[in-house]
Formats: sequence, structure tokens, C-alpha cells
Amino acid sequence: MGQRVPSVSKKSTISAGNKAARLGLHLAVIAVVMAAGLGIAMTLLGFWPALTVASLAVAGAGAGYWRIRNARAAATERAHSLVHHHTAYVAMWTGLPAFVLLLLWVALQGPIIDQLSISALPSEVLDGLSSDQISLLLSEIKNLAAGVRFGEPADYMVAAAERYGAWMHIAELAKIAVIAAIGLLGLSYSRSRITVAFRARQGVERIIIGLMIACSTIAIFTTIGIIGSLIFEALRFFQHVPVTEFLFGTRWEPQVAIRSDQVASLGAFGAVPVFLGTILISGIAIFVASVLGLPAAIYLSEFASTRVRGFVKPMLEILAGVPTIVYGFFAVLVIAPAIRNVFGNMLGLDTAPGSALAAGLVMGIMIIPFVSSLSDDAIGAVPQALKDGATALGATKSETVLQVVLPAALPGIAGGMLLAVSRAIGETMIVVMAAGIFASLTINPLDSVTTVTVQIVTLLIGDSEFDSPKTLSAFGLGLFLFVFTLMLNVMALRIVQKYRESYD
Amino acid sequence: MTDRQSLDGMAAPNWNDPAIQGRLKRRHRGASLLRLGGIVAIAIALGLLALLLGSILSIGLKAFSQTVAEIDVPISTEYVDLENLEDSNWTRLAQDGVATLYPDDATGRRDQRYRNILSRGGLNAVRGAIEEQVIADPSLVGQSVRVSVQLSDPFDQFAKGVVRRDTPEDMRRITNDEIAMYDGLVAEGRISRVFNTWLFTNGDSRFPEMAGLAAGLRGSAMALMVCLIISFPIGIGTAIYLEEFAPKNWLTYMIEVNINNLAAVPSIVFGLLGLAVLLNFFGLPRSAPLVGGMVLALMTLPTIIIATRAALKAVPPSIREGAMGIGASPMQVVTHHVLPLAMPGILTGTIIGMAAALGETAPLLLIGMNMFSTDLPGSVFDQATALPTQIFMWFDSPELGFVSRTAAAIIVLLGFLLMMNATAIFIRSKLERKW
Amino acid sequence: MLTDLNLDLSASGKLSNVAPLLIDRPAGRAEAIAEIKISARGVNMWYGSKQALFDVDLEIPDRTVTALIGPSGCGKSTFLRTMNRMNDAILGARMEGDILFDGTDIYKGNVDPVQLRAQVGMVFQKPNPFPKSVYDNVAYGPRIHGIALSKEALDEIVEISLQKAGLWDEVKDRLQDSGTSLSGGQQQRLVIARAIAVSPEVILMDEPASALDPIATGRIEELIHELRENYCIVIVTHSMQQAARVSQRTAFFHMGTLIEAGDTADVFSNPLQQKTQDYISGRFG
Repeated sequence: MGQRVPSVSKKSTISAGNKAARLGLHLAVIAVVMAAGLGIAMTLLGFWPALTVASLAVAGAGAGYWRIRNARAAATERAHSLVHHHTAYVAMWTGLPAFVLLLLWVALQGPIIDQLSISALPSEVLDGLSSDQISLLLSEIKNLAAGVRFGEPADYMVAAAERYGAWMHIAELAKIAVIAAIGLLGLSYSRSRITVAFRARQGVERIIIGLMIACSTIAIFTTIGIIGSLIFEALRFFQHVPVTEFLFGTRWEPQVAIRSDQVASLGAFGAVPVFLGTILISGIAIFVASVLGLPAAIYLSEFASTRVRGFVKPMLEILAGVPTIVYGFFAVLVIAPAIRNVFGNMLGLDTAPGSALAAGLVMGIMIIPFVSSLSDDAIGAVPQALKDGATALGATKSETVLQVVLPAALPGIAGGMLLAVSRAIGETMIVVMAAGIFASLTINPLDSVTTVTVQIVTLLIGDSEFDSPKTLSAFGLGLFLFVFTLMLNVMALRIVQKYRESYD
Repeated sequence: MTDRQSLDGMAAPNWNDPAIQGRLKRRHRGASLLRLGGIVAIAIALGLLALLLGSILSIGLKAFSQTVAEIDVPISTEYVDLENLEDSNWTRLAQDGVATLYPDDATGRRDQRYRNILSRGGLNAVRGAIEEQVIADPSLVGQSVRVSVQLSDPFDQFAKGVVRRDTPEDMRRITNDEIAMYDGLVAEGRISRVFNTWLFTNGDSRFPEMAGLAAGLRGSAMALMVCLIISFPIGIGTAIYLEEFAPKNWLTYMIEVNINNLAAVPSIVFGLLGLAVLLNFFGLPRSAPLVGGMVLALMTLPTIIIATRAALKAVPPSIREGAMGIGASPMQVVTHHVLPLAMPGILTGTIIGMAAALGETAPLLLIGMNMFSTDLPGSVFDQATALPTQIFMWFDSPELGFVSRTAAAIIVLLGFLLMMNATAIFIRSKLERKW
Repeated sequence: MLTDLNLDLSASGKLSNVAPLLIDRPAGRAEAIAEIKISARGVNMWYGSKQALFDVDLEIPDRTVTALIGPSGCGKSTFLRTMNRMNDAILGARMEGDILFDGTDIYKGNVDPVQLRAQVGMVFQKPNPFPKSVYDNVAYGPRIHGIALSKEALDEIVEISLQKAGLWDEVKDRLQDSGTSLSGGQQQRLVIARAIAVSPEVILMDEPASALDPIATGRIEELIHELRENYCIVIVTHSMQQAARVSQRTAFFHMGTLIEAGDTADVFSNPLQQKTQDYISGRFG
């Protein structure tokens, strides 16, 4: 695509031969993209349905093309839009509705047939089954339908498998029939509108804008999806465990439920130690990041030469680009042993292997660039006039920076710090690898503590059982994590925005 | 300097006063201290970066070589089915070949004492190698085929000097007998160190010397493809709409707020979303690169949107006005003029977003992409692992050999990130236009 | 004072042919001028490879207002900033020549720019109060230099400075309000009070009224007039009327060169150089 940049500016001087070559190139690129798209669609959405949609679109393009060709040949007045606009118009009206329908169908066919299969089972089979057992039953039916047998299945299962197979077959055929029908409907409607006077270009552009609006709403749907699923699952959790216990309880032992007849089969779900551990580790991280990041930012913006700055700034930003799993490895293999060595062996303090200090320190290293870049921006936004004012009074560089520049930049720096806090709280891999699993109510940085993200991962990793309080509690924690980081982000953005406005 | 006197009762400072001169000195010292503090902070931060990279390199580089033993496997006609080579008793041939390394014990049977020298997956490796070579060249039947097979992890570590000969026998995992046997093999010239291609071609394995990253690399590549296919068009569509067409209304405002917030949502929350919505609601297959790619796409989307908008913004209005002036519709202005000019910036942002997605681990763990898989995934629907999740699994493995392999895998990951970022920087510096 | 610029300059125009390269007039006609406070000798200045000042020689007397005039980019602000070494921090700025302050070269190694700037204060084009209270703005200089030895002394310095800047009556009840909450004219007087508070000997003013409305401008000009009794004031201005109203001496810069300098009345009514006359009569600039 890069080569197109200069070619645009040369557009005015292209000759006819050049134009043909360009057209050929464009067509070739379009053909390659379309073939790739078709291949991907066939893999993801099924061979025949994807082929149907593609053929429909091609047919639509052909129909539109011939109709406008004939109309233009017959007409006396000048056509409003170009031929390819009309072509694209009919192709879009034919292909797009069919494509969208196909997407919806593919997304919903599975869940609907699953539901049907379950409800068709004899009611005495389903009595008293948990949703996990039902989903187990379902996958057994699917296996049977696919011809995979374990032992001798019950009669009702064989029947269910046959039903399942039949429904799937019907659904596949119906899918192709319905998308073909929708596509042809769109084709005949849009083709009937093609006349010389028809404003096909506007039609095409409206469709494209519509598609772009649809793209934009994905961000909203993602947020809705996040909030919806977190709240839904968290509510299920709070049916098992009261909110007050979750928020104020001081024992967090969700892992105990191994057998249902155990005394502590429900486990304990008081999240206070988890929250405290999160705060402890994030606090250490923020401390480390500010102690190193703030002086670095001051040096870079006020003292460093352009050359030093141009070198050091990207180097510091590498720290934010290193994947967190790498930091986790570093924490466990290098920092934690070093801390045990210093505090445990040399100072004789009791140091846990997965100490909060090790995890927090490494996390702090990771967020140095957040603090330093955002502080650097904030300091850079302080008007030169203020610095000149202090210098002209005879303030030294450090007096100017500490007494005039920093107070003026404080809101911006605070905003950056809040973003860094939010980042630290949501950080996962470092703590999963370097912090503990067991929640202990302590603020001793040499002890092992656990965090919200560690608990979410350990509760959900490799676990498909989905309605025990144990797994659901992860969503309770997730909800609080989301809400808390969201609040921090909104606050930080507000502060930073206000700060920028005040110097604009 | 002068004896200018107080004005209206205000004392002029006497700059020759030693107290004031001393104060001046202290103030200047404060300035150098602040400067020094900055330098020290930067030095510590960069030193930690160097320590991070240095320690990973020093641990991981060892795993890029592997100690192997050369074995001459006799292809005895007894076990080869010349009619149908595939049906030959390759296992027996491999067993006999491996047996040639060791002396028979007193009863004339194969001595079991030394079986720990070769990798426990070595037999399969030999079997695969001879099968491939003989089928490719049937004239080898009746002769012997030379194959390399990996030493077991303890001996690999021994050969690399990690496990030392002078360690007391009960403190190491290899016995003196084994070492003597191993020395014999060295004397025969059968032991050598080769570049560890298996690291890139093998799937995962419980045996460190056999474990490779191929499954993770393939899974990551698939997930990134899915991610790119979803996030690139949607991201560009969103950015163009917001930057070029969107009216100022509540919907646009909502979209903008949402994009900014999604950019800062912790990655693990996207994992929860994938688990609850994609897996449990839509019933998509667990551990599949398809789901991983979709989750990564949602995470990458804000990055691409923000980068694209910045690139579109950087195209000067004069270009738009010029095109508009000759009668192009707003859509034509964008597709013909603005978008091509913004493309380098968009590509840069996309590559950086992809690089971040490649290193992302937590959401993939939640949707189960931490599969132990010796086989490579065939399609995006298959259960698979990804590079970072494989690193995490190796990190979690107790075997000593996985420590250096984890670091080696991290080096591979960092290598990919370096290449992607270098490409992005190249595009930015060579193709991006400044106005 | 000379306020009417609609002079008949045609007659004096001829003079430019007579005295081609004269930089400074003999001080003959000026009233017995006080001692020379600052004198610049052969000052050249570069920003990177671009030369901003060419061999400037100028003497600035004490207890006088000296105006630096000239079209924008002529080097007058640059010259002003050499006098308290404000150019030091600008990357790539380089200077040659001597600037003597009370006979001491301020660019010599043993001169501390921090101390120099306390003695040679500066007021900028746009009012730049610190985002602190009115009180703290004025007290800032005395605090850092350790001038006031007690809280009472500091209070007194703040009050006197604000009084001298003509701001005391307006702000005495809101000393704890933020300095940025004042109006533009008040802010500029606050900044002047801030400069006065460290008892400077020279006050450099870089277009101090250009961001202000006419009424506020008038107050600043009055203030400059009053301050002249105690300070050596150098003011850069692009307004010739202002230069004529407030200054006793005027120096005209053009493209980095000092074209001529002398008593304001002489420069305006009887310029020696054609360029000066063209500028004053509005033919360029």
C-alpha cells in the first residue's frame, strides 16, 4: 500500500496506458482480497453457505452491470452515477443481507439446537441434573451423533442423537435456502431501482457508512458484553454467597470444595484479604515506579539534551513493551531469590518465596514508563513563560522545577499516576507467576499475598465446571476489578483533560 | 556590587554577605542533586532493563543448542517389508539401533542401566527418522542409517556444564556408571552439540529435550490472523466513521467514551468476556485459536482505532478541500485521497497492536489456550496453545530443563516482538509523510 | 514629553546623509545623565547558525527608562535577554562580546547568573504569575534568596512591593487568592511586584503591555514612570507611542544591528539615520 502514496500525487499526469495498468493492478488486488476473504469465510462459516453468499454477490454485480449498460445505451440523458456504482449497489444489496443473516445463523444455530435437544429429552432424565451434568449429557449426544460411542448408550440417548443429527442436517439445508432467498430478494429489489437517473453512488455510500456505523458500535457492544456477562455471573455468585460476606469477610478459601459432603464444601468467600493483597502489591509497584519514574521524567524534560532524551525515552518505553509474562519469569528467577537473599539471609527476616515485594517491585519496573511518560508530558505542558518567570527572579533550576513547574504539573502527574494504579491493579501475569495463591490478611511486604487477578486465573484455569460458587466467585472478583479500574480510568482522564485545558 | 540602599524601608539584599553567599552555594548544590537524582533513576531503570534482558539471554541461550548422540541404525532386512515399506517394523529397528550404543549385560540382554542417557522420547525420534529416510531412499535397506537423537535432559545439562562432574553422586540425577558410559560415547565421537532445531519444529512434550514451540507458534499465528482479520477492517471502519463522517451526537460520544475506556480495561477482563460470552453463550470451542483471536481482536481494536484516527488527522485539510473542490463526494475523498495517505500510519499502529496481542497471556489462559498439545493445530477450531501460554506452561513445569527452555521461548517471543516493532519503525520512518 | 509623532520629518531626513555610521550621539543635549548602569560592547549573538545580533554597543544609564524599538525579529528582545543571561538556557545560543553591569562583565566565569537575575529583574510580554496565591507570588523571590529574615519582614516586603506596583489596594483583602485569578492588567502588575520584591537594580521589560487593554496599559506606563526614580529600566516595545511616552532614551534596532540610540526626543524628532526615520514615519515595521 505504501507505493500508492506517491502515485496519488502523480494522478494528474497519468497516460492512458498507465491508466489501464493501474486498473489491472487494482482489479488484481481486489481479486486477491476477495479470494482470501472467500477462503476465510468458507473456513469459518462453512463451505456451501459462504459459496452461496459469494455467488449471490457476483450474480448481483452481473445483474446490476447489465441492467445499467442496457439502460445507458437506451437513454438519452446523462447518467447520474458511474457504471461501477450501480454494479456495487446491486451486489451489496444482494450479498450483505445474506451475509449478515449467515453470521447470525452460525452464531445462534448451535445454542438453539442444543436447547431443542435438551428439551426433547424425557423429563425424568433431566430431573435433578445440574447444568454441568446437562452439558455433559449434551456433549454425549453430540459424540453419538458424530459416531463416537463409549460403551452401550441408553435408548433415549440414541434417539436424541438421531434427532440431533436430523436437526443439524435440516438446519444446514435451511440455512442455504434462507440466505439464497434473502439474497435473491435483495437482488430483485435493488435491480428494479437501477435506472439512468438513479443515484447509485449515494446508495453505495449510504451502505458503506452504515457498515462503518456498525463497526463503531462494536465498542459499545463489547462494553455491554463485559458488563452484562460480569453482572450476570456475579449475580449467580451472590445467590450462593451474600454480598456482605464477599465484601467484608476476612477469609478467602474457595479451593476447599472437593467433595460435596465436606464440612467446608462451600469454601469461604470473604474477599478482604484478596483486596488487601492487591492494594499491597500495587502500592509497592506505584512506589517503585514513582521513585524511579518521576526523577527520570524531571531529568528528561528539564535537564537532558535533545540527544540524551531521544535515546533514553525510547529505551524506557521498551519497559512497557516487554510482555508481562517475561516480567513474571524475571521476578521468579532473578528478583525473588535476590530479595530472599538480602532480607532473608543477610537481614535474617522471614521472607516468603512469593513475597509481595518481589511481585510489586517487578510490576513497578513495568509501569515506570507510564509514570515517566505521563509526567514528562505534564511537565512539558507547563508553559515556558512560568519557567522563565522563576528563572528571571533568580531561581535555580531545581527551585524552578520543584517549586514552580511540579506544582503546576501536579494534576497531570496525578492523572498519570491514577492510570498507572489502574494498570497495576489489573496486571495479571506477573502476580500469577510471582505472587502467592493463598490469601493472607497481612501488609508485610515480605509475606506472600494474593491478588484479585491471581484468584481469577487460578479459579478458572482448566476448569469447565461453571456453576459452583468457586468458579462464579471469579466473576464476582472480575466485576469489582472492572468497576474499580473503570472508575480510576475515568477519573484519570478527567483530571488529565482538565489539566490540558487549563494550559491551552 | 553597589551600595544601593533600601527603598522606602525595603531592605536590599547585601550580596556580599557570607550568609547569603553560603545560601547561594547550597542552592546550586540542590540543583546538581536534582539532576543527579534523575540520572541515577534513569540508570537504575535502564540497568534493570539490562538485567532483565541479560538474565533471560544468559539462561535461555543454552537451550538453543542440544546435545545429541549419533547412532548407526542397521536396517536389517528381517524387519523391513519391501512390498510395503510403511508396514515395516520400524519400532524394532529403532530399538535395535539404540541397543548398539550400549554393551550387553551379563545375561546377554540389553543393559537397562544406561537407558537414562538418551531422551525417553528418543526411540520415537529414531523411529521417525529412519522411517523417513528409508522410505525416501529404499536402497538403504540392508545398510545402516546414521541418525542423531537427543540426550536426556540431565545429560544435556551435564554436557553443557550445568550439572558438574565433581558434585557428589547422590546430589545429582545421573550416576557415576552413567557418566562412565557417557564418557565412552564421547570417546567414540558420538556425542555432539547441534543447533536445537527441535525447539522450532517439535510440539510440546513432557520431556524438556523433546519439547518444542511449533504448536505454540502455530497457535499464535492462527490467533493473530483471526485477530487481524477482525480488528483491521472494523478498526479502520470505526476510525474513518468517527474521524470523517460522524456527527456530534450522543451516539458518537458514547462510542468515543467506550473506545477510550476499552483501551484501559485490564486484559484479564477480556478473558472473562470470552469465557462467559464466546464459550458459554455462543458455544464456541474451548482452547481454539478462533476464540483466542476474537478476544485479542477486541483488545487490539482500541489501539488500531486510535492509531488510525491519529493518521487520518495528520492528513492536512488542504488535501480534502482540494479533492472536494473538484467535485469528489466525501466518501471518494476518503477512499481515494485521505486513506492512502494515512495508510503508513494505520499499518504502524496495527503492527504495534498485533505485537501487544502476541505477548498477551492472561485472556488466553482463561479461554483454555493453555492446552498441552504435542500436535500442531490443523484449523482455527482445533484445540491449541499459543506462544505466551506455552511459555507459562513451561514455566510451571517442574523439570530443570524447562527453566532454560522457558527463557529460550521468551527469547523467541522477544525476537518476534523486536521484528514487528522494527517493521513498524521502518514503515513510520520511510513511508509516513510529514506535513 | 514628546507625544505627537506627526512631526515634519522631511527636513531632518537630510541628516542621514551627513552622519552615515554614527551609533550614539554625544550625550550633550541630554540632562546630566546618571552613571552608566549597563554597557554592552561588541555583542554578537547566534541561535544555532543564525546570527541574531551584530556587534551591538549600547550604554544604559541608571534611573532612566531606556526603550528598545524596532520591527519584530530585529533582535531587541534578544538583546534584552542577554542582560540577565536568560538566553543561557536556550539550546544552541552563543554570545560574543561583553556586557558590563556596574563595570563587571556578567559573562565572566565567576558571575553567578542566579544572583545576577536577582539584581536584574525581568517582566515578560504575557503576565506569568505562578499558580500560587498573590502573597506567595510576591514572596517567592525573597524566600528563595533568603532576603527576609522573619515572617514580619516578609509581610512587609510583600506589602511594599505590591504598593510600589500600584496593586496593594486592589488585592490587600485577597492575598490568599490565586495569582491567576486576577485580571490581565492586575497580573502584569503582580508580576512587576514580584520582580521588585527582590530589590533588583535593573528591571528589564519585554513588551510588558502588549497583551493588555488600553486602560491597563496606561496604568503600567504610569507605573514605569514612577519606578524610574529608583530603578534602571529597559523596556522593549513595538509601540513607538509607548516608547515616546515612557522613555528618556531610545535605541533603534534593525535586523540585529543597533542603528542608532540617543535621547528619545532626539531620536524621534531628529533621527540621524534614514532607516530610523523610515521606521518612525511608518514606512516599514
